[in-house]
Amino acid sequence: MEKELLRLEHIRKSFDDRVIIEDLDLTIHENEFVTLLGPSGCGKTTILRMIGGFATPDRGRILFDGADITDLPPEKRQVNTVFQKYSLFSHMDVAENIAFGLRLKKKSRSYIRDKIQYALKLVGLEGYEHARVQELSGGQQQRIAIARAVVNEPKVLLFDEPLSALDLKMRQNMQRELVKIKRELGITFVFVTHDQEEALSMSDTVVVMNQGWIQQIGTPESVYNEPENAFVADFIGDSNIIPGTMVHDRLVHLLGKDIPCINEGFGENVPVDVQIRPEDITICAPEDGQYRGQITQVVFKGTVYDITIEAGGFSWLVQTITGHEKGAEVGIQLAPSNIVIMAKPESEDEEAAGDAEE
Amino acid sequence: MQKNKSLARLFVVPFGLWATIFIVLPLFFVLYSGLSDGAGHLTLANLSEIAAWEYAKSLLLSIGLALLSTAVCLALAYPLVLILRRVRYGRGAWIFVLFLLPLWMNSLLTTMAWQTILETHGVLNTLLTALGFSPVAWINTPAAIVIGMVYNFLPYMVLPLYVSVTRIDPSVIDAARDLGASFWQALRRVILPLSMPGIVSGCTMVFIPALTTFVISALLGGNKIMLIGNIIEQEFTAAYDWQIGSALSMVLMVFILLNLLLEVFSDSEGKGARQ
Amino acid sequence: MNKKSKGYLGLLVLFMYAPIFVLVAQSFNASRYRGTWAGFTLDWYRELFGSESILDAFWNTLSIGFTAALLATLLALLTALGMKCISKKGQVMLRGLANVPLLNADIVTGISLMLLFLGLGLRLGYDTILLAHIVICLPYALLCILPQVLATDDVLYEAALDLGAPPFTAFRKVVLPELYPGILSAFLLSFAMSADDFIVTYFTKGAGINTLTTEIYAELKVGIHPELYALSTLFFVSVIVLVGLLAMNFRVLRARTSKRRLA
Repeated sequence: MEKELLRLEHIRKSFDDRVIIEDLDLTIHENEFVTLLGPSGCGKTTILRMIGGFATPDRGRILFDGADITDLPPEKRQVNTVFQKYSLFSHMDVAENIAFGLRLKKKSRSYIRDKIQYALKLVGLEGYEHARVQELSGGQQQRIAIARAVVNEPKVLLFDEPLSALDLKMRQNMQRELVKIKRELGITFVFVTHDQEEALSMSDTVVVMNQGWIQQIGTPESVYNEPENAFVADFIGDSNIIPGTMVHDRLVHLLGKDIPCINEGFGENVPVDVQIRPEDITICAPEDGQYRGQITQVVFKGTVYDITIEAGGFSWLVQTITGHEKGAEVGIQLAPSNIVIMAKPESEDEEAAGDAEE
Repeated sequence: MQKNKSLARLFVVPFGLWATIFIVLPLFFVLYSGLSDGAGHLTLANLSEIAAWEYAKSLLLSIGLALLSTAVCLALAYPLVLILRRVRYGRGAWIFVLFLLPLWMNSLLTTMAWQTILETHGVLNTLLTALGFSPVAWINTPAAIVIGMVYNFLPYMVLPLYVSVTRIDPSVIDAARDLGASFWQALRRVILPLSMPGIVSGCTMVFIPALTTFVISALLGGNKIMLIGNIIEQEFTAAYDWQIGSALSMVLMVFILLNLLLEVFSDSEGKGARQ
Repeated sequence: MNKKSKGYLGLLVLFMYAPIFVLVAQSFNASRYRGTWAGFTLDWYRELFGSESILDAFWNTLSIGFTAALLATLLALLTALGMKCISKKGQVMLRGLANVPLLNADIVTGISLMLLFLGLGLRLGYDTILLAHIVICLPYALLCILPQVLATDDVLYEAALDLGAPPFTAFRKVVLPELYPGILSAFLLSFAMSADDFIVTYFTKGAGINTLTTEIYAELKVGIHPELYALSTLFFVSVIVLVGLLAMNFRVLRARTSKRRLA
């Protein structure tokens, strides 16, 4: 892992007596692409604004390269932000927008000109210097907002849901583009989104948040494959989450049956949440399955079929690449390695966090 | 339905007639009166007569005082609007109402109150003497007129400024700070240019009534300071030279028209600025 | 809000309210002289209600205000309904025309109307004031009513017709209730504009008749009249009541529109 760059310590933040974040610690490293992922109101944007200098925590401190920047105004931070609505200056053209920060720093004319060229090339908009920003498409405005930020050579670039206003195709293009730009610049990106696909496809590290609490920090693979609790499992991707009881190591009691799994160390007869991804469920002949049920719904999604099966008193969501007949009697087979056991939330707060999502 | 619509269209006919008689026709009466002699013959004599120095002098004085009042209003209103922008929604609305309430008070009465405050043995001088200062001659000076104008027309400046400044997306200002601008730099380079339509509209809304008033100057200038409005009023009510009065009114109409053009022009410029 | 902002707001509020405070204080001041306080009195209120010329002017203001507001509101309503059915270009043109008295200087409006009335051979007096006040109220009335009329949904009206209502009944039962807050605002605002007007009245009134404002101006020109302080105080109280009514009306209006948006 690279050197530590940003550290948030015991951050607490409230607005009008409403506590958004109670006690949060987070460390971000150099050259890392970190995504803060969570539903709206989870506090992710508040964290971003505190790093940017637009909000001050009630308690705790923010360290940048070892120095305390908690009370530093935004213009004095080596951090730049790409805002949700791009927030370009509509009374200036593209070049003036990009030059804004450099002019304030009294850089020379030729330096500014070179930087504008470089930045426009970086975002793939060469030749747009004198375009009026209102005449640009959403995606182009987004690129200009990035160009305007990067010319200041920040150590960290913050993104506040920058892709949410774009259509799907554009969004996917920009995701690839951002990863490319990140590689070229070699700086830290902190990205805020509520879109799990966006988070998984771009980041080195995903920070899953809910109601001001960090639920899990990990690589995209680990938060997807090994969610630590029901919230993460449910929020990231589609999931079947079923309450069960851990009988002992490697055996879980689920919907009236004992099912073998590979988890250990939960203790004996402990209530747990069990997660099974829809693509990890095998449909077989009724007599071969661990559960037996009936297909109640089949929805074609383009590349896969979403199939709903009523079995064992639970509505299972199953994804297959082959179609099945609605109403058919089928069996469900679960491979031990595809079963994820998660501890039940301990504190009331976490419980509430889980409930709010359902 | 189609029949109903064409029938409803006829509802604008009374207004059309009304506007022709009571809005358009009167302006032609002014033009005719300003361009004719007492016997009704068309002439340009009135126009050459109002080019005389005494008229030009009061026109220049009127323009000067109106510009000064407009500038003072802008200087007072802009910080107010910047403060109101940051106040939480509900409370900002209340402070706003507080400022607009005196607008509804009859301006003759409030100007009378300023007379009471500013006159030689008035409230302000009594207060100054009590505090150990020597009294100041306020009343019947241009300063008194400017105070009266600023008081009466300040709300006209606040209103459009408030609308245009609160319309600026806060994140645009955040963006300026983020890129290294201090508060003052953000104000000068971002907030001020983006609120230009409001500034122009506020200035025209203050300038025109300040330019054309005769009440404020009559009450606070003590008939010693003749503004263009006072001269027009006297031509109609005392001197009975209506041709000259109309010709001077035509000059005012030119100013109003210029003002209107300025506003329309700056608005079409500014339209695109709002996303 | 920091201390500096609060201080600035405080100073401005002081500036805006100092004259009003002076007027209210003087209305209870036994001294005729403005700089000195000689004890509490209600004499000026008594004198105010004993002054025939002021009471006459008050009555004129009320009756002209009421009539002008009523007629301006009706004309604005009719015009707005017609404007809904004409082209966008026509709407812009009519709106521009209606706004002329709003943008013009009052002194020019007043003089031009005076020249018109005299040119048409009318005698200046109550009727010419009334006509002039309708002219200056109309843009405000239209400003209140037009946006609401343009926002009404034709579908409701058409549905009522479809259910067998005759056109006027459909209008009265379906469209009018929607417009009610706008109409009330138009009336109140027009009344306020009429009652507050001095300049246009001054030029169109002729001799021998006064509204409150022209009466005040006449008295101001001849000297100190402490009963005017009493009048100002009453005026300010009624302004607060009127603005309160308008504000409440706007709240009703906003609540209604937002409800409709939800539905």
